[in-house]
Amino acid sequence: MAETVQFDLVSPERSLASFAVEQVQIPGADGDMTAMAGHAPTITTLRPGVLHVSGPEGEVEYVVTGGFAEISADSISVLAERAIPRADVTQEDIDGMVQAAADALNKAKEVFHNEPGPVDDAAKLLADMVAMGTHIGLNPNQANL
Amino acid sequence: MPSLKDLKNRIESVKNTRKITKAMQMVAAAKLRRAQDAAEASRPYTERFNAVLAGLAASVGSSDSAPKLLSGTGSDQVQLLVVMTAERGLCGGFNSSIAKLARAKAEELIAQGKTVKILTVGKKGREQLKRDLGELFIGHVDLSEVKNVGYVNAQDIARDLLNRFDDGEFDVATIFYNRFQSVISQIPTAQQIIPASFEAQEDAGDTTLYDYEPDEEAILADLLPRGVATQIFAALLENGASEQGARMSAMDNATRNAGEMIDKLTIEFNRSRQAVITSELIEIISGAEAL
Repeated sequence: MAETVQFDLVSPERSLASFAVEQVQIPGADGDMTAMAGHAPTITTLRPGVLHVSGPEGEVEYVVTGGFAEISADSISVLAERAIPRADVTQEDIDGMVQAAADALNKAKEVFHNEPGPVDDAAKLLADMVAMGTHIGLNPNQANL
Repeated sequence: MPSLKDLKNRIESVKNTRKITKAMQMVAAAKLRRAQDAAEASRPYTERFNAVLAGLAASVGSSDSAPKLLSGTGSDQVQLLVVMTAERGLCGGFNSSIAKLARAKAEELIAQGKTVKILTVGKKGREQLKRDLGELFIGHVDLSEVKNVGYVNAQDIARDLLNRFDDGEFDVATIFYNRFQSVISQIPTAQQIIPASFEAQEDAGDTTLYDYEPDEEAILADLLPRGVATQIFAALLENGASEQGARMSAMDNATRNAGEMIDKLTIEFNRSRQAVITSELIEIISGAEAL
């Protein structure tokens, strides 16, 4: 059996998970990364995506948006603004998140006419949301794209 | 001297009042538990978040490129006070104590020649501050429809604040809320949230050197706005627990006072009933003697 590492997943409203795991695949802002015991200390921000947790009791997946992960040699903490176990994610959740991201994009387009930075960021957020929705097999409502 | 019927009515009405305050106390006790659980549940997130943010802020903070949310606008001329109170009354000095603190702070700042703006969260504080400081109000957040305060509510408030900050409406924002100490004690607290300030915890700071992905500044820029929401959320939860605690003890007092009042009125009622009987007896006896 592989070496395990303490894993915590907390959202502002509650703590969702706290147990020993073998590895966690984190949707980092710069790309997915897999953290295992003895990982170099890292802090990364999250993009909307799916968090795969492989523990002694099997695989668990959570949908997370917004926040960051703090990885050290003996613990992995993920702080997400929203975290929902994958099985509990409904079409409405996805629709709501995609809608919010689309609104943010439209607003960014209005506010920043000649600055591509914030608009691109918002567009990426929306694309990430949609990709996440597709990835977990729900139909992201793309009417706003 | 009130008549027997009047006394009886009064006793009855005070008894009804006692029933109501008793019920309110029990409701507040149940809600207090829920509010405390919610505050408890949010603590790991808030603590971790602030620890990481403080670490980041310490390493980036001194550089010139630090985000405005951290370093400030370089001025403290325009001060925004975010006054968080309850939507309902009947909770003792809960609302008044926040309003008092906010008013003192506002007057102090005005005396220093600063511009003060006030954003109110919760109806009661708004009502109390309206008379003296009404012209300083720039907005109000209504939470009366909200049953359980969620992170979304905090996010909405934070978004509003950040938009105003980006528009240059204020330089410094301070939130006012009651910190929950115990059922009988809530501490009115003022906390500066923009620019972000962290309690100095240098000595306890991590010795671990983290890799940052993307770089520190990008992370900081991403996390600072979330930090505002996190702090507002924590304040909302503390406030929620404090409100229920304050209401519980206020209603406990009210119930006890009603009980005392009932006792007094009952004694008065019995006395006057006795007096009526005595005077009737005297009338009968003196009537019989006259025969």
